[in-house]
Amino acid sequence: MIGIEHYLTVGAILFVLGVLGIFLNRKNVIVILMAVELILLAVNLNLVAFSAFLQDLTGQIFAMLVLTVAAAEAAIGLAILVIYFRTRGSIAVDDINRMKG
Amino acid sequence: MDFVPSFALILPELVLSFAGLMLLLLAAWGGDGAGRKIAIAAATALFVAGILIVPGLHAGTDGPATLAFGGLIKVDSFALFAKALIYLAAIGALIVAPAFFASPSAGTERGMRAEYPVLILFSSVGMGLMVSANDFMTLYLGLELTSLTSYVLAAILRRDTRSGEAGLKYFVLGALASGILLYGMSLLYGFTGGTGFAAVRAGLTGEMGTGALFGVIFVLSGLAFKISAVPFHMWTPDVYEGAPTPVTAFFSTAPKVAAVGLTARVAFEVFGAQIAAWQQIVMFMALASIIFGALGAIGQENLKRLLAYSSINNIGFILLGLAVAKVEGAAAMLVYLFIYVAMSLGSFVALLMLRGEDGTLYETFADIRGLSVTRPGIAWALLLFMFSLAGIPPLLGFYSKFVVFQATIEAGLVAFGAIAIAASVIGAFYYIKFVKVMFFDEPAGVVTGKSGAGHWALLGLTALIVSPLGYLLTPSLTDLAGKAAASLFLAA
Repeated sequence: MIGIEHYLTVGAILFVLGVLGIFLNRKNVIVILMAVELILLAVNLNLVAFSAFLQDLTGQIFAMLVLTVAAAEAAIGLAILVIYFRTRGSIAVDDINRMKG
Repeated sequence: MDFVPSFALILPELVLSFAGLMLLLLAAWGGDGAGRKIAIAAATALFVAGILIVPGLHAGTDGPATLAFGGLIKVDSFALFAKALIYLAAIGALIVAPAFFASPSAGTERGMRAEYPVLILFSSVGMGLMVSANDFMTLYLGLELTSLTSYVLAAILRRDTRSGEAGLKYFVLGALASGILLYGMSLLYGFTGGTGFAAVRAGLTGEMGTGALFGVIFVLSGLAFKISAVPFHMWTPDVYEGAPTPVTAFFSTAPKVAAVGLTARVAFEVFGAQIAAWQQIVMFMALASIIFGALGAIGQENLKRLLAYSSINNIGFILLGLAVAKVEGAAAMLVYLFIYVAMSLGSFVALLMLRGEDGTLYETFADIRGLSVTRPGIAWALLLFMFSLAGIPPLLGFYSKFVVFQATIEAGLVAFGAIAIAASVIGAFYYIKFVKVMFFDEPAGVVTGKSGAGHWALLGLTALIVSPLGYLLTPSLTDLAGKAAASLFLAA
């Protein structure tokens, strides 16, 4: 029987993968965008699992809102990436170094 | 359900959204040539929205009459106080923008960007939602509306590599912060059974389970990211340096107010039953921000980067007021927030007036050497702001630090107050370096350009607030902040 704890475990693993994907990735900014999406999917999985577990619709409505915002976020992220690529000609993470920090 | 009272409560947001959509159409139609007119229209819309909240601000509204849309939104004194500050700061960011975008520093595409005022308007709507959120869903949508517009604002100079890089860095770290915050909210939903602030609060009373504790920590971390508190501050210097200066002036004021307001509301209204759980965390973030902000600024040559560390330092003092976890602390925090907005906006306006003969903006210490000889007005205003940021009496910056320290000491947190005072002495070093460079070094002679009346008016107004004359404001400011802080604790 698959219970709430299994969903939560998968959600937690996805979340950690997403966070690690942002911090450990040294190659490509597109991978970072994918990692961000992974985090949001982990959240959605959590929300829907809790929603089913609690017999409460709020979580599913919240998941819909998160999906919508995630789409807008990806669009803006890609747009910024495009203008960045136009000026620098590269989207490698190691090249984002015009400012120290 | 009757929605008329709800719509009446969110009237300022309606005005701003409607104005934003209309101006977006006009911007698409008129192009960048209409940019200046659109900026004026947007500032007018913000002014109208500000007028709409004045009656409620004075009356000290709270209680059930402030709830809109079945408790999703709560427009109490606290929200109104924060909104008033946000709108003022946004108007400031609009006034200084046209001159910047017309200068050579704006790159090859000169002229006011028509989308800039529109983005500021939508961002203000988002910030208004953030501070009046009464449900995690409202909180998230408001936060994202603010964040998404901020990413675009940071990258608005499309041909400039630094602006693009600032936008990219802000986007990646901001999206990560939203993800962390959201994960915390999903855990809180699961372990308390609701997303409304009252429901989550009810679910968090008594002994807190591990899952809920994780939720609290994730939510606080996500919010700390947004207010750039240590240890989640690393994006701030890069974004402040890379973003165009009017955008930086905006970032350091309005979104800070909104994020701090949101953090305070979540801390008291949602986690109000678990103050012991978050007080230590917030106290650590406050002291770490104060110390790191002071130390990090020391070696900086770029003035925008330096002011970024200064804002981290100031956020520390604001969080110190929050960590007191009492009405007095919250009121002190709001007073500090108001004075911080005046000081920060004033400093950035002064920075925007450091123009060369052709209008190019200068932004390093080497450029402002001997500024008191070439541009004495700007130099004296900067002197006021820097002494005020350092907390030197009789300027108003001293008063703001004084109220926060007073609240800290009265709550019995003497050791923390002492550490904060010691760290603020370190911070005085680089503020005074400004004065040394401007008044005692040989003139560099590059900052010779003139600035428009709008800049001078804004500089004069903020300098007047920061000057000892600002103490005339403190009785009404204390009154408003007290009412706002009291409405936060109503749920307790």
